[in-house]
Amino acid sequence: MIISNQELENMANRCRINIVKMIHAAKAGHPGGSLSAIDLITGLYGTSLNFDVNNPNWDDRDRFIMSKGHASPAIYSILHEVGFLEESDFMSFRKLGSICQGHVDMKWTNGVDFSAGSLGMGLSFGLGCSFAAKLDDSDRKIWVMVGDGETQEGQLWEAIMAADFHNAGNLKMIIDRNRIQNDDFVSKQMEIGDLSNKLKSFRWEVKEINGHNMKEIIESIKWAEIDNGRPKAILANTIKGKGISFMENNPSFHGMAPNDEQLKLAMEELS
Amino acid sequence: MSSPSIYGASRDGYGNALLRLAANPDVIVLEADLGKSTKSCHFRKEYPDRTISLGIAEQNMMLVAAGLASSGKIPFASTFAIFTERGFEQIRNGIARPGLNAHICGSHGGIHTGSDGSSAQSIEDLAIYRTLPNMTVIHPSDDLSAEELTMQLVNLDGPSYMRTIRNKVQRTYDAKTKENIKIGKGNVIKSGDDVAIVACGVMVSKSIEAAKILNDEGIKVTVIDMHTIKPLDTELIDSISSKCKCIVTAEDHSVIGGLGSAIAEHNSKTNLVPIEMIGVKDRFGESGDSEELFEIMNLTTLDIVNAAKESMARK
Repeated sequence: MIISNQELENMANRCRINIVKMIHAAKAGHPGGSLSAIDLITGLYGTSLNFDVNNPNWDDRDRFIMSKGHASPAIYSILHEVGFLEESDFMSFRKLGSICQGHVDMKWTNGVDFSAGSLGMGLSFGLGCSFAAKLDDSDRKIWVMVGDGETQEGQLWEAIMAADFHNAGNLKMIIDRNRIQNDDFVSKQMEIGDLSNKLKSFRWEVKEINGHNMKEIIESIKWAEIDNGRPKAILANTIKGKGISFMENNPSFHGMAPNDEQLKLAMEELS
Repeated sequence: MSSPSIYGASRDGYGNALLRLAANPDVIVLEADLGKSTKSCHFRKEYPDRTISLGIAEQNMMLVAAGLASSGKIPFASTFAIFTERGFEQIRNGIARPGLNAHICGSHGGIHTGSDGSSAQSIEDLAIYRTLPNMTVIHPSDDLSAEELTMQLVNLDGPSYMRTIRNKVQRTYDAKTKENIKIGKGNVIKSGDDVAIVACGVMVSKSIEAAKILNDEGIKVTVIDMHTIKPLDTELIDSISSKCKCIVTAEDHSVIGGLGSAIAEHNSKTNLVPIEMIGVKDRFGESGDSEELFEIMNLTTLDIVNAAKESMARK
């Protein structure tokens, strides 16, 4: 099935509405990093990721490992779009007994491949999945999404080094470069500088894109899909809180739920 | 022809078991530069395609193990016991929480590792891994039991931590008695009514020696190899508590949180018998020979003998 960029943009917009709705209902969550990541996630699920809603644990599915697991509303919104979740599932986000846990968790939610919540671990997990795919002689692809603040974690660089050494060509990392972390702007907390050249110095192949331009997103995914023996990174420049004016580029909305008035404003902007 | 050795180091048992487990194509070995020490090197030599070198980067190794396990593989990841602790939160959040079948082996555990000094002597590993839901925690007493227990791990549903040790000690088992070993079941090595000594790791052979000394003095001793610290064989603990009415625990590990603590936690709810704990008394070690260190740490056979008498006196 070929899906147009316009359809993907519409899907991402529906996801944005649900992201804000579920965080408002939970009175907690992380809107900023969900909204910065959702165009990338939509592009991936809409055009590339191989999975089976009727068989979530299908061995040969592509993996999508959401290392920045606090942006779980983005995942729940896309899993609703593709048929893994009902609206009632994600509207119980963060509530006792909900299959939509605060941070994405493979034990709780069909369609989730990793139990996240502690930053810096997802790429290592993805590397484990990459080894397994090679051992199985499978061409399934392993996608990992990390945040830019997350690149401050030392373990991530252990995995970047190991992925190079082991020629993990089936491993693809998407960096959501939204330039804001929990406390403040990345530049104020611990600037990470020229990520592209840092990754290239580890012999990763890197493509830098606008993470809200669906055409660029799809082109970069097609580029990353090809396994030439090198791990690949899509360095996506994004805007934290993208799509809702008062959340955009606002560190306050890293981990704050909108109130009733803000929900109303957000819905008006997104509709 | 020489007779079989009566000495063995548990790390060798781990290495031997990995080789035997290689018949299962899902078994994958992960190393963090210390394969020659943990003895996964034998597997590497025979099965390089199923051995993954991750360099001196333990945190990454733990999550690589998790990723492999999530894809149906059965990873065995080893390094020194102390360096597994560097990846504790990775094991906690990445392996134990999703309950993945990944098996961590920490070799060179305890004070017994000797002259490398306190930075290398893990005295808290059993305690910290015991706190994790889903984890099985194992500390074998010799090479034969380590081999047998490692063979059983491949069928375990969930993650595990096994502590092995560097140096050879007198064997607890032989080719026949090792057949009685089962994960989660303490092994009764000697049976007597006056006092029960429950030990793990290198302290099992010392407990057997202590029992001989006590027996010569007319004291009848039960000795148990409690190789599985979690899940604890509470049925056996209840039984010896009722029978002997006093217990000595012996471990090359802090008295805080290890085998002694596990038994005391259980007995506080069931059978309040006196318990004397032989273990490291809330201090770090230093360089020295194993036996010299055991002297200054009060981890000797004689310390077990004395603890048995003190425990009996408190009945």
